[in-house]
Amino acid sequence: MTQSNAVPAADQALLYPSPLKEFWQAFAHNKGAVGGLLFMLVIVFCALFAPWVAPFDPSEQFRDALLTPPSWLEGGQARFPLGTDELGRDLLSRLIHGARLSLMIGLASVLMSLIPGILMGLVAGFFPRLLGPSIMRLMDIMLALPSLLLAVAIVAILGPGLINTVIAIAIVSLPSYVRLTRAAVMGELGRDYVTAARLAGAGLPRLMFITVLPNCMAPLIVQATLSFSSAILDAAALGFLGLGVQPPTPEWGTMLASARDYIERAWWVVSLPGLTILLSVLAINLMGDGLRDALDPKLKNAQ
Amino acid sequence: MLSFIARRLGLLIPTFFGVTLLTFALIRLIPGDPVEVMMGERRVDPEMHAEAMHRLGLDKPLPAQYLDYITKLAQGDLGESLRTREGVWEEFLTLFPATLELSLAALLFAGTLGVIAGVIAALKRGSLFDHGVMGVSLAGYSMPIFWWGLLLIMFFSVYLGWTPVSGRIDLLYDIEPKTGFMLIDTLLSEEEGAFKDALMHLILPAIVLGTIPLAVIARMTRSAMLEVLREDYIRTARAKGLSPARVVFVHGLRNALIPVLTVFGLQVGTLLAGAVLTETIFSWPGIGKWLIEAIGARDYPVVQNGILLIACLVILVNFVVDILYGLVNPRIRHQR
Amino acid sequence: MSLLDIRNLSVRFGAPDAIPVVDGLDLSVDKGEVLAIVGESGSGKSVTMMALMGLIDAPGIVRADSLRFDGHDMLTLKGRQRRKVVGKDLAMVFQDPMTALNPSYTVGFQIEEVLRQHLGIKGKAARVRALQLLERVEIPGAASRLDAYPHQLSGGMSQRVAIAMAIAAEPKLLIADEPTTALDVTIQAQIMDLLLDLQRSEGMGLVLITHDLAVVAETAQHVCVMYAGQAVEIGSVPTLFDAPTHPYTEALLKAIPEHSLGAERLATLPGIVPGRYDRPVGCLLSPRCPYAQPHCREQRPALEPHVRGAVRCFYPLNLTAEVA
Repeated sequence: MTQSNAVPAADQALLYPSPLKEFWQAFAHNKGAVGGLLFMLVIVFCALFAPWVAPFDPSEQFRDALLTPPSWLEGGQARFPLGTDELGRDLLSRLIHGARLSLMIGLASVLMSLIPGILMGLVAGFFPRLLGPSIMRLMDIMLALPSLLLAVAIVAILGPGLINTVIAIAIVSLPSYVRLTRAAVMGELGRDYVTAARLAGAGLPRLMFITVLPNCMAPLIVQATLSFSSAILDAAALGFLGLGVQPPTPEWGTMLASARDYIERAWWVVSLPGLTILLSVLAINLMGDGLRDALDPKLKNAQ
Repeated sequence: MLSFIARRLGLLIPTFFGVTLLTFALIRLIPGDPVEVMMGERRVDPEMHAEAMHRLGLDKPLPAQYLDYITKLAQGDLGESLRTREGVWEEFLTLFPATLELSLAALLFAGTLGVIAGVIAALKRGSLFDHGVMGVSLAGYSMPIFWWGLLLIMFFSVYLGWTPVSGRIDLLYDIEPKTGFMLIDTLLSEEEGAFKDALMHLILPAIVLGTIPLAVIARMTRSAMLEVLREDYIRTARAKGLSPARVVFVHGLRNALIPVLTVFGLQVGTLLAGAVLTETIFSWPGIGKWLIEAIGARDYPVVQNGILLIACLVILVNFVVDILYGLVNPRIRHQR
Repeated sequence: MSLLDIRNLSVRFGAPDAIPVVDGLDLSVDKGEVLAIVGESGSGKSVTMMALMGLIDAPGIVRADSLRFDGHDMLTLKGRQRRKVVGKDLAMVFQDPMTALNPSYTVGFQIEEVLRQHLGIKGKAARVRALQLLERVEIPGAASRLDAYPHQLSGGMSQRVAIAMAIAAEPKLLIADEPTTALDVTIQAQIMDLLLDLQRSEGMGLVLITHDLAVVAETAQHVCVMYAGQAVEIGSVPTLFDAPTHPYTEALLKAIPEHSLGAERLATLPGIVPGRYDRPVGCLLSPRCPYAQPHCREQRPALEPHVRGAVRCFYPLNLTAEVA
């Protein structure tokens, strides 16, 4: 508690921080979230500039250096900092290019589920009699299947591959957006500012997108972050099961799947891709926690 | 209580039909010609093609096809596997106990450890232990469990040589499947060392499968406990002169477990999805591995109705959790 | 020797030098006596009794020269020994009955728990005794209520259950912390009557925390008026009502509707109880006191005994009044 009477009351009105600054202060208060953000910035940098950051091409095979240990170990080579895999490909380069793939899958699937999810949620919220119940029942049914299993089922139909992985994950994360949006819309619709906008003659599209939607964004942004991390996790799981991105594409889960056979001889080909997945997912989840604390005023002071 | 169960049961039926619609649609959505896909060859002889279409009922209009599907389901006919020619239902029944045993072991591990860690963290809020529990549980929540399984195998099986790498029991033992639960069957078989062997096989998969539920349960228990400990009735219990243990466990934990139980129910879905991965890593002969293999082999009847069965399982477990929830929480039970 | 004897009690939250919520409080209750503690919300009434019960947790700090109950030093009594006293000889009824009972257990369970803990009564005997207690607190259809859950009871009923729980082990002192504030007006009198009836028939001491002076006049033998964590006047009933010596007591009395029959509007005391940051240097009441002198704003008065009790005021009222 700082003594507030030190500042004259008249000046306080001038001291209101901009929303962005206020958000950043709340976010920066959470050390884990800032750590997660920093880690993700590194990953994003690697992903964006992968061809320049990575020492080698991810599919270039060094036949004379199969399963080289990381450089700090006995038998390691300085040109392969994290060692090589069973085909003599540089692990670091593959991980860096894998970041590109994972982020792309995450981003694409979030966008592909966020936009239809918001639209369906808005419709369900604005038409609680006509369309709402049927949309919500459909979402309930989708939720009856565990997300990874549903993704597996979808890939089983569409066949494995990068695009189908994205589609499957997008479909799987759709229900949470629809439910969140609808719940938020239902909450906002009863508010006076919505009635005021109605009375002012706002049309349905304006009411939906300009009046109501911005006030529902906070939980959606948080959910988007969280489903970004679970998208990365699910994509890796699909890759690991052989249903996702196919080798030799350097996807983290796929890399793990092919590394399984070398579990007794080369711990690094098993450990490093998984560690990268864990750290990325952890970083995003930490960011998500920070975002929730900073964005959602209802949860801000809980605990 | 009976009317409570009846109400919940009523909610179940539309969901069940929804899921059958989903699995029905599943097969019809496969791009390309269904007969060609199922036979695994191109340019099937037109006559054979028509015959197959007719046999599969695919020549009828869609509503009629769905009606056929539902009728067959109602008769308990889930079709047969293209690979083994065995009934899907029979295969499911033989494999399911393995998954159930693994899941129960995982839940036991996650539930006990998670609740204990959560309660201690709440009681010692802000302590090093509390921060430790929260940190570990956040990491556990973000864990790619297929990698976690490999790491554990690498350390405990390959490096230390303590636990076996895969399967439910060593091939040396010939255990008659009486209950389907390896732990019980080995005890019944009276073969020396079989129980211990089965247990050693179970430990690592159970830990791997229980990791995410453990993280979620620990977090949830902690926050629920913190909330409950602030309640007035805790003050009343203390004013009654009850021992701190009784205040915490009888008056606190009982109420804190209500939200934890809900989360527990939600974890069953996670658990079954996790079982797919865990069973693949540890070659555990359960329904998860079965399903993935069926997908790999394009064994569509197994894929279709395997998914249906798993979905029903999730729905059923959630229903049971709902009922349990009513049992622990009298306020829910008495709602109109 | 009195049953309860509190000397110079102070309770703080946070830093050891934080402003005390209860400040230098002296109180004593004899066997079978009714003491009322009166004051506005936030004046430290409840905190005083919570401190006695040992319900103040860190970061709260309880200090006292003496905190004696029935021969026990409640300041140093710890663990098992304390639990033999708290809940048995010293029991408490709280303000909001709807949240004070555990929602997960039946009424019977929560009463039997006390019987088992303190009297070693178990099983059937405990159930019989619990039923008697429910009948004692005049719950209609007591037998059917034993298996009821708290959410199935009304507020008044819950408070009766809470009272039954508190008197289960036949306490020597019962503390009732605003036992009627959360209840409907029609129920308030019933609960008050019940408490007094119990107090008389069991011969318990009763500490009644309230802000209802009308209740005090009818029930208590002694009154302690608290303001901002301090006792400002201690006296006996009815003299305190006839001739209040502290301006704050006088203001409280004037605010009772029955006392202002015929007046155009009810007398009120302007202002609010000082908070953490606006505590006056002098007498805590001085900013609100109609009789305040310059001297009052500079120095804090001490609690000084007088012929009929004690008062914390430089210029007490009615000291020379003739009281029957």
